[in-house]
Amino acid sequence: MKYLDEYRDGRVAQKIVAQIGRIQTRPWVIMEVCGGQTHSIVKNGIDYLLPEGVELVHGPGCPVCVTPLEMIDRAHAIARRSDVIFCSFGDMLRVPGSDGDLFTIKSEGGDVRVVYSPLDCLKIARANPDKQVVFFAIGFETTAPANAMLAFRAKQERMTNLSLLVSHVLVPPALEAILQSPQNRVQGFLGPGHVCAVMGYEEYEPISARFQVPIVITGFEPLDILQGVLMTIRQLETERAEVENEYSRILNREGNRAAQELVFQVFEIGDRKWRGIGTIPKSGYHLRREFSDHDAEKLFDVTRIDTREPEICISGEILRGIKKPKNCPAFGTLCTPQHPLGATMVSAEGSCAAYYAYGRHLTREKVDVPVHSLGGAA
Amino acid sequence: MNRVLPIAAPQNVDAKVTNEASATVSPLFGSCPLPIFNHKSIVLGHGSGGKLTAELISNIFLPAFANPILDKLDDQAVIEVNGTRLAFTTDGFVVTPIFFPGGDIGRLAVNGTVNDLAMSGARPLYLSAAFILEEGLPAEDLRRVVESMGAAAREAGVQLVTGDTKVVNRGKGDQVFITTTGIGVIERPVNISASRARPGDKIIVSGYIGDHGMTIMSQREGLEFDGAIESDCAPLHGLVAVMLDACEGLQVDGIHCLRDPTRGGVATTLNEIASQSRVGLLIREQLVPVRESVRGACEILGLEPLYVANEGKLVAVVSAEAADEVLQKIRRHPLGRDAAIVGEAVPEHAGMVRMETGVGGTRILDVMFGEQLPRIC
Repeated sequence: MKYLDEYRDGRVAQKIVAQIGRIQTRPWVIMEVCGGQTHSIVKNGIDYLLPEGVELVHGPGCPVCVTPLEMIDRAHAIARRSDVIFCSFGDMLRVPGSDGDLFTIKSEGGDVRVVYSPLDCLKIARANPDKQVVFFAIGFETTAPANAMLAFRAKQERMTNLSLLVSHVLVPPALEAILQSPQNRVQGFLGPGHVCAVMGYEEYEPISARFQVPIVITGFEPLDILQGVLMTIRQLETERAEVENEYSRILNREGNRAAQELVFQVFEIGDRKWRGIGTIPKSGYHLRREFSDHDAEKLFDVTRIDTREPEICISGEILRGIKKPKNCPAFGTLCTPQHPLGATMVSAEGSCAAYYAYGRHLTREKVDVPVHSLGGAA
Repeated sequence: MNRVLPIAAPQNVDAKVTNEASATVSPLFGSCPLPIFNHKSIVLGHGSGGKLTAELISNIFLPAFANPILDKLDDQAVIEVNGTRLAFTTDGFVVTPIFFPGGDIGRLAVNGTVNDLAMSGARPLYLSAAFILEEGLPAEDLRRVVESMGAAAREAGVQLVTGDTKVVNRGKGDQVFITTTGIGVIERPVNISASRARPGDKIIVSGYIGDHGMTIMSQREGLEFDGAIESDCAPLHGLVAVMLDACEGLQVDGIHCLRDPTRGGVATTLNEIASQSRVGLLIREQLVPVRESVRGACEILGLEPLYVANEGKLVAVVSAEAADEVLQKIRRHPLGRDAAIVGEAVPEHAGMVRMETGVGGTRILDVMFGEQLPRIC
């Protein structure tokens, strides 16, 4: 595929890895913020390409993972109603609430639909005037413009059967929470490429300066990630702490102004709870009062939610980079993608799920596996 | 099943970040298994061909039906009657839409069963067909489906010799469901099973993967995705015969495993072979043939071609000495022009499939656990 294969070239990858090896003089711990980056790292085996002493820890940037349990239970309560068509992004369907997941609700007769774009809900609402169509608007800044557009269009068209259950979170407050933690091990960040495509990276500059930590805004292809690691280590080795942009083919410092305007027209910033982490002040979006006719939390009585979370799960510490999936006693035994105990095992972007799918064997038996030659196989 | 897990000590929580989990958890919760494990009802993932399907088979079907032939869990049963070895199989088809580029549910129902027979080395002979029709299905649609089945049967050289028809109330079905059962005869002294892969064997894939699944997905309602992809739906017994001829010419027992990677795709098939043969499989991402359009569509939807369904492709595990000859013969067949050796069986990591990635990393290719879900971003 043109424009993608160039960023997956094995020879170039080896060159960057060698360059990292040349400049690195001591061990470093780097966190990739986005779930998409985590997925790419384990899918492509990048953590096994990097020199010893470069440790990648996985950040809180999986939107499905950090959506709090009570919000998921709220979503389930709404989805169970016979007068509702509940629309969601695909990987939210397997996230366990206190009692089952959206697949279960669907199998019990709930009308649960996967949409690829939030705007698909407009069509569904027009086609089903006797039903309430509710969209589960989750995600970071990346999905905010499209979700905002849905609320904007619903209001503009005065639709009476379309609402959003909003659970939007923001990256910069999460980075600050991680850096303020006394247990923090992270020395540099691969910043969130797609989030910054919307928001720009200006707001990361004060964080980098205040905590003296390099932040390299990084893309999602294998070479993006290796280049991001190289740039971060170069800063660490030369005792610099700046925001740099590895993903300049996509984004600039300002971001997408039109998208930002729309987002702030529809949403306002407020406190949000993060699954496994807790409440972080000013860390998410809520619908503005002008959009309350399309706010599912106000339209449906779903405030009294009693949640239960498994004790053994360490997803909170994994999301903050304190622990890795292999440190969890339940990993791969009690907790697997088909029977997830915690959020990080659910989404393909969650680090436990990514480790389970691509890395668990390697983490256990890395030394035993000889490198095979497939010579003559072409 | 209600074992109580050790309760984790309270985590150190810094001033700013509170730990909501420890405050709200009942200490008795966390027993195994959790609610999500025992689905109280059937969910779509149970039909995906992945781990949930396997769970259903081992927890519900096998205990009721267990016998040595079924326990092999191949795509077809091989039974011996008066010295003649027969292959016997059945398959249900519920695809939506019923007409799609490159085929329709009727053609699929014939070729799907023909292919399950072919994967044992059998010559397919006779099929049965049972139709479940939904009230309101246009008769013209049914006629098109049935004529297409007839044509597919003639092309495959099989006869539809018995059948059944039922009609259900509108809303109790989805236009038309078809179940076909097939019988074939194994005339050669072959022993082909997913349990016969040996270290050193080569893995052949007979052409571009993922065409059928991405065709269906791009046609489905609500997914406005344009692409010139066609289903690869085709009968494979001719191709298998060519492969067996090649081995007979070399006088080796060359074809060890054959599978058509339908639901769950090539990755699931490879996992079945690795686990049933108790060997490791190693494949190289760059050698796996995937069409540009399918790669592009998968990229957009956040899916992986290795997990997408095929209806006219096979995966073969072939002894090393026969592999090159078999590959040459496959490539001369119209259904195998783009075939490739994609990897080999290895003595390490028995039961697991490992893949060398394009950038030189390495990863596990696991079984899909349910439906492939599009990722949020």
